[in-house]
Amino acid sequence: MADTPVRLTPQQFEQLGKELDELRQRVMADLGEQDRKYIYDIIKTQRGLEVAGRGLLFLGFFPPAWIAGVAALSVSKILDNMEIGHNVMHGQYDWMRDPALNSKMFEWDTAAPAENWRHSHNYIHHTYTNILGKDRDIGYGILRMDEDQEWRPYYLGNPVYAFLLMLLFEWGVWAHDLEIDRQLKGETKWSDYKGVRKRMWHKGIKQALKDYVLFPALTGPMFVSTLVGNATANLIRNIWAFNIIFCGHFPTGVESFTEEETENETKGEWYHRQMLGSANITGGSLFHVMAGNLSHQIEHHLFPDMPARRYPQIAPEVRAICEKYGLPYNTGGLTKQLTSVAAKIFKLALPSRKKPTTPPSSNVRPLKSVAA
Amino acid sequence: MPGLKLLEALTTPHGLDRYLELVNPMLTVRELRARVTDVHRSTSDTVTLTLRPTRQWRGFKAGQFVKVTVTIDGVRRTRCYSPSCSQYRADGKIELTIKAHPEGLVSQYLHRAARPGLVIGLSPADGTFSLPDTRSDPLVLISGGSGITPVLSMLRTLVDEGHAGEVVFLHYAYTEHDVPLKREIERLAEGRPNIRLAFAYTDAPGTGDLNGFFSVKHLRAVAPRFAEAQTYLCGPPGLMKSVRQRYKQAGVSERLHTEDFAPAPVAAVGTAGGTIHFGRSGTSATNTGASLLEQAEAAGLTPEHGCRMGVCFSCTQIKKTGCVQNLLNGSTSSEEDEEIQLCINTPVGDVTIEI
Repeated sequence: MADTPVRLTPQQFEQLGKELDELRQRVMADLGEQDRKYIYDIIKTQRGLEVAGRGLLFLGFFPPAWIAGVAALSVSKILDNMEIGHNVMHGQYDWMRDPALNSKMFEWDTAAPAENWRHSHNYIHHTYTNILGKDRDIGYGILRMDEDQEWRPYYLGNPVYAFLLMLLFEWGVWAHDLEIDRQLKGETKWSDYKGVRKRMWHKGIKQALKDYVLFPALTGPMFVSTLVGNATANLIRNIWAFNIIFCGHFPTGVESFTEEETENETKGEWYHRQMLGSANITGGSLFHVMAGNLSHQIEHHLFPDMPARRYPQIAPEVRAICEKYGLPYNTGGLTKQLTSVAAKIFKLALPSRKKPTTPPSSNVRPLKSVAA
Repeated sequence: MPGLKLLEALTTPHGLDRYLELVNPMLTVRELRARVTDVHRSTSDTVTLTLRPTRQWRGFKAGQFVKVTVTIDGVRRTRCYSPSCSQYRADGKIELTIKAHPEGLVSQYLHRAARPGLVIGLSPADGTFSLPDTRSDPLVLISGGSGITPVLSMLRTLVDEGHAGEVVFLHYAYTEHDVPLKREIERLAEGRPNIRLAFAYTDAPGTGDLNGFFSVKHLRAVAPRFAEAQTYLCGPPGLMKSVRQRYKQAGVSERLHTEDFAPAPVAAVGTAGGTIHFGRSGTSATNTGASLLEQAEAAGLTPEHGCRMGVCFSCTQIKKTGCVQNLLNGSTSSEEDEEIQLCINTPVGDVTIEI
């Protein structure tokens, strides 16, 4: 553990669990047409921006059109991946019983195949949030983002790896499920990832073909201009998504946990870990939409399957509950949280002063190809 | 079509329909839908909808059903309805006559809110309840209440074919006012001596051709040759049972073709019991009251799963039929073809699930 977390009594944990269950129940019972309209409005905006962006790139010889096209396409990809894709794949809209917005059927406009993502993110990360050795989102197997990750000389490159991951974020997420670090350690074998690889190639090729061959070719003489435009839009999305996501779990003060202390967790303790393991970003409503409401990471981690537009609505209540139990509610502006994350990336490139606990072993099974 | 393939590659991963529907919901490449073009409320609790399907529609055989999907308070709901029109309808439209059941979410909604212009989801026609390919003689069509729709479609189809053989149409309703499209049905029989209509009213003595519930007397009176006929029956469970018994006694059960439409009875909440049928693997187990995930594993199955606490949605599967209770909040649901999370749902009575 990084610091001594606030300890609650078993009765307090039970009461905390009850209060949060009730809050969840109240919101889920209220879901209806307005939530459906909201997500379809977002989808309409996203698809409109996408069509506009692709269209404007046909006029890429005219610089303002190129810039507007790239901007529209960037926003489209950000909305598609964050407010739509990430949230739909969490099952936030499964209650609508709409095949177009079903968590198991949805695919997003990024290289990572939905099925791989759902395993590593929805299951591993959201179930074992911030448990060292179990949650592979602590450093994604390449970065040192927690003091209790044992330092090795490799981590001297921490800031460089983070910078490269930011630029290539889409492909980082794409490759995440290969768990290269575990393969190198001999914990898993290349052949364990046959299904994962098949899905990666299938999706990755389709995405690359669309953005880097078909649309550029369609614009004829503007081939290079369109290709660069599409690559820029993907890059902007990468940088934005990386920054929002890194503010979700890595600012100073966010707790990590050990496998021992989270064994036989109650629901209340699970909620407690989710709150202490996440951080919010403050901002206006447009900012929250562009962040896919991951700027309400605390609320998201408490209720990952609640439609994200509800997070800002329940945030004051969640914060009040935190205050009531004396728990931290980690929040701040984008600059503050980003500075804090950047400082951590640099600081953890060097060995910690105190001796780390025994290195955690990983015992989460890889995603086997699921029998159809 | 290479052009279509290119468009699909350009619109990956969402597909062309997800863009087209934002412009016009009837403009689809793959999905079958329909627009309501006419709404007619023929009795106090029935509504007749005329639908124009999208170009993917391949027609139906009289007696078959379609699945209709509407969005009610944000949630898509699907129900089966049998078209009541002739399968030869010239304009390619289909007609659904829907009775608003007091507890029926979808039928109530359609009765209340259906208006021309509404776009609904549609499935291709399905079901084995249909006339034989070589039209036999004689034919007996028996229906009760809203079970009239598939047999009315058969009657209209036979009229369109100029079918010359004997056809008996026997319908049960509470009163005359509960028969949807009564005028139209009577017009079908005008000038066609081979068609015999009989309306039986259970709640209005003396007003119909026959009175009271189905009996062998009714059958003898209107269809004396029933034992040599092919009979098509659709109606509420009571009627279905009486007719089936009668045909069994006469030793002609194989000449009786039926379509059930009433939902299966649901067990009381809080009582474990009933049987879980695992549809895809073909096994079943006695319900112990544990979560469906645990019970599937106990039955030797290995459904995909993750968190086992309702968070990750890895174990979502389709429940074909039956009622389940959510272990987290106690709510129950008996919708057909519903996606449920195995780890936080337990069966209430008989359940069929696709694992």
